[in-house]
Amino acid sequence: MPETRLLLAGVDEHDLTKLSEYRAVGGYQAVEKARAMTPDALIEELQKATLRGRGGAGFPMGRKASLIDRRSPKPKYLVVNADESEPGAFKDREVLARAPHRLIEGCLIAAHAIESHDVFIYIRGEYLAEYEILAAAVEEARQAGVCGDVRITVYRGAGAYICGEETALLESLEGKRGQPRPRPPFPPLQGLYMAPTEINNVCTIASVPIVIAMGAEAFAKTGVPSSPGTAIFSVSGNVVRPGNYELELGTPMRELIYDYAGGIAGGRELKAVIPGGSSVPALTPDEIDVPLDYDSLGAIGTFFGAASLIVVDDRCCMVQLALRSTKFYMHESCGKCTPCRIGTRWMVQIIEAIENGTASYDDLELLDSVGDDILGKVLCALGEFAVYPVHSYLHKWRSEFEAHVELGRCPFGGASSLEGIVAPSDPQALAPVHQEALA
Amino acid sequence: MSLYEELQALRADYPAGTRSAVLPALRLAQERHGWLSREVIEEVADALELTPAYCYSIASFYDMLHLEPVGRHGIEVCTNLPCALCGAQQVVEAFESALGIRAGETTPDGAVTLRTVECLGGCGYATVVAVDHRYRQHVRPETVPQILEELDA
Repeated sequence: MPETRLLLAGVDEHDLTKLSEYRAVGGYQAVEKARAMTPDALIEELQKATLRGRGGAGFPMGRKASLIDRRSPKPKYLVVNADESEPGAFKDREVLARAPHRLIEGCLIAAHAIESHDVFIYIRGEYLAEYEILAAAVEEARQAGVCGDVRITVYRGAGAYICGEETALLESLEGKRGQPRPRPPFPPLQGLYMAPTEINNVCTIASVPIVIAMGAEAFAKTGVPSSPGTAIFSVSGNVVRPGNYELELGTPMRELIYDYAGGIAGGRELKAVIPGGSSVPALTPDEIDVPLDYDSLGAIGTFFGAASLIVVDDRCCMVQLALRSTKFYMHESCGKCTPCRIGTRWMVQIIEAIENGTASYDDLELLDSVGDDILGKVLCALGEFAVYPVHSYLHKWRSEFEAHVELGRCPFGGASSLEGIVAPSDPQALAPVHQEALA
Repeated sequence: MSLYEELQALRADYPAGTRSAVLPALRLAQERHGWLSREVIEEVADALELTPAYCYSIASFYDMLHLEPVGRHGIEVCTNLPCALCGAQQVVEAFESALGIRAGETTPDGAVTLRTVECLGGCGYATVVAVDHRYRQHVRPETVPQILEELDA
């Protein structure tokens, strides 16, 4: 099955980490076209393209750029969110490692639009190889003079999922603990160093040269009208061919799972698809005939999210899935908002009791209500990300949760694919270091 | 160049009056010393003209900064959902039995710290293991001995 490659165009045929090869496929022509335009005209073009944010929220990129207070006497900043940490997502990494100049060109165009001379790319600390590739590409672009008066700084995170949240990322970039800020003010008015800031995901910014090269009108005709363009879909879990597939938005989910990714591995049955990274409500096998775009997924009660599908086969216990997922959000809660800090811990305890067979039916209601006490009562979406998937598991696979209560044990009897999985927050994974041995 | 001088150079990369250098500074200090002891944090604080308490508050927030000694090598196995669904626990157990330690521990000779970690962003290539921060993908229990052999080399 052919992909529709725009973001990843040329990566198989060329070494696009090199400036010369990126130029050979037309690279850095879009930035010249953009620089010939006024910032106002450029922003209008971006708005016409209705390129929606690929980080998860789906906010139109051009509209965001239009909100930047360009008359502010303060510097204007462009920040690229390369803190890809959503479980299931590995799409940004592919762009960083294989088409870094497309991202850099996107930065230069977006910087021109918002009249910025300072770009920060915040890359997660674990992406060491990708950092090296990106930093080398930035240096090559600088030396070749394509950056003009724009300075691009690659800033490495140090291991915190929450820093993918835009205001937590800005805090981290300012040298603080990565904890979200209350909004308003939103970053376009007060972002990095309290100055007007545009903040976008890697794939969003890397799409910008494509928009400019094609022209907004042509771009808006790709994908579906409400969500033009392509997305790199990360497919993981129990499929035959996991990996990244760049497809037009609106591609049917069934096609991605069964045709591109080869269907369920080992001839097993599909049980669940978590369609946008681990933080979104899961879908049952009879819900996967849905086009992969923001509005279609929203209409069936889930999210496009990070375009990352985690495919789960019938060996998996949904209570264990809920437990492992919630341990992650508990571990990554920054602790600023009480409902999230305490609520995620409480959820873990309840789900653990369900899995161990010591919970009652009342505990299922309690799990629901603890979740409800987090939703909408926290500064950022992390709390919601902990609750959405668990609510979906609890409601759509209710009989499985009830079977744990009824039997007083896990009905999978040790045969679940997630049996015994250890999380970094588990006591057995936090054993003290043998300090005396190191002395 | 001393650490102090290197940190001054680092500071110059960021706007004056901001604290943006603190994260790269702590990383650099950790690269030099292996982990962030109280003395090392004080050294960073001194160079950046911040309080040790402030630097500690940053160091304690981020998973990649170590406030306790770690082994000379780090093995980090992703056990988040996509890797877990593809057998990450068996990989953890293979490392545990080969090294004779549990996840979270360091071998008695101080050579290797084994940890489980949250999603490393290699979900399509499960199981992902970061060996001294370099990703090994498609790791299976059978490939564990080879990874450990390469560490010794």
